[in-house]
Amino acid sequence: MCGIVGLFLKDKALEPQLGHMLSEMLVTMTDRGPDSAGIAIYGEDQSGQSKITIQSEGGSVDYALLQQELRQALECDVKVTPNSTHAVIEIETARAGQLRNVLQSEHSDIRVMSQGDKIEIYKEVGLPEDVSKRFQVSQMAGSHGIGHTRMATESAVTTDGAHPYSTGPDQCLVHNGSLSNHNALRRKLTREGIKIESENDTEVGAAYLTWKMAEGASLGEALESSLNDLDGFFTFVVGTKDGFGVLRDPIACKPAVLAETDQYVAFGSEYRALVNLPGIEEARVWEPEPATVYFWSH
Amino acid sequence: MLTYDLDAEGLRGLNEALQKQTQETNETQWEVVNPKGSHAIAVGLDAPIDVTVHGSTGYYCGGMNQQATIRVKGSAGPGVAENMMSGTVIIEGDASQYAGATGHGGLLVIKGNASSRCGISMKGIDIVVHGNIGHMSAFMAQAGNLVVCGDAGDALGDSLYEARLFVRGSVKSLGADCVEKEMRPEHIALLSALLEKAESDAKPEEFKRYGSARKLYNFDVDSNTTY
Repeated sequence: MCGIVGLFLKDKALEPQLGHMLSEMLVTMTDRGPDSAGIAIYGEDQSGQSKITIQSEGGSVDYALLQQELRQALECDVKVTPNSTHAVIEIETARAGQLRNVLQSEHSDIRVMSQGDKIEIYKEVGLPEDVSKRFQVSQMAGSHGIGHTRMATESAVTTDGAHPYSTGPDQCLVHNGSLSNHNALRRKLTREGIKIESENDTEVGAAYLTWKMAEGASLGEALESSLNDLDGFFTFVVGTKDGFGVLRDPIACKPAVLAETDQYVAFGSEYRALVNLPGIEEARVWEPEPATVYFWSH
Repeated sequence: MLTYDLDAEGLRGLNEALQKQTQETNETQWEVVNPKGSHAIAVGLDAPIDVTVHGSTGYYCGGMNQQATIRVKGSAGPGVAENMMSGTVIIEGDASQYAGATGHGGLLVIKGNASSRCGISMKGIDIVVHGNIGHMSAFMAQAGNLVVCGDAGDALGDSLYEARLFVRGSVKSLGADCVEKEMRPEHIALLSALLEKAESDAKPEEFKRYGSARKLYNFDVDSNTTY
């Protein structure tokens, strides 16, 4: 199964409550997938600064020490803010690439979850409620966010197997369904030089979108072409720096509900996830059409 | 009239209370409040009672219904009235995928739109949709009537057996072995009665009838290339 929730705010007054609303929506979807959970949240955009969200197994890396080490290695200001097993590194955008190189060469124990101006990704094995509490998701503010709760089918129950997957700077993907041609596609993308870390099908979907966009496609075009190149079942929800999109495969057997008001656009695998949102009784509620790209942006 | 607060009292209590009603019950009017998209609301009923749900429901509302009239004042999630045997289920809003799937009897009315696979494998149920229906509707439908006042999506009636399909608007495409058929007076009469029961003012003359070409399910070897 798997459960997806998403919330894209139009009304800035709701931004301080984004984490709270998203977390509540995600917990409602627990019985669609109790294996692991994750969120991508788009917070404040500090101009010229990049955020890199990292994770280490059980938080085994000393993040205070890492901050010192990175400051010395890069000779610039680096801020590492731990949050349970994860930490957010803030650095001048121009130096972010160098920092990634240092992490890659010196820290095989660190996974990079996301990088961008606004995005932060947190995901772990466990029930949505526990994962949400661990990272204090309900305290987080932001303009939009996506959550996923997983019932594993295509790969093991690990942090790597949890969603969301980052598909590029400030981009992420969550998936309900299963891709049947992910092994062939993984080989093809690997030959193209795309790095895929896990055995998971969704990561291949994410890598596919990254590859398409690196070839010059817009996110909308990449999603359109995924309808031809991905075989299997999917409801995708994607996030970008200022946008939020939904795509279902042509068979559309994985459920999806959208709701829109003047204040927000909300996505839920089921209507249940949306029932506590403000003004939901008056919202326009509908089921997204199969093989149709929906996209909203600020 | 009895009012049941689903949020406060829980789903099991509701279905237990509704399922124990007998043929002679005096408790015939039920109101359910705060459904909040819960699954399996009012399933397995078998008594001539009226249940009104105030709000939208999740998976399988009204499933396996016999005799009861269930009205949802909202939209319904996947599999509404699945395997209904008799009685009536009325959805005032939209219905999600596979509405009325495998239904043996009774009447399902959807006042909004129904999405994909509406009436899949229906076995005698009557379904009237005031709006449109999605792709693969009436797939392998065996018996009963599917009436669509709006448009139908792709592959309508694929691998159809003996169900009758009536569509007023356009059909995006017909599935394998589904063909348009002549509307005879008995079909107009049948449709007229169904539309009236479903509180629709659509004119029976505006509909087209579709049914099985009967080339596929007889396993005629010459049809092998059809699919």
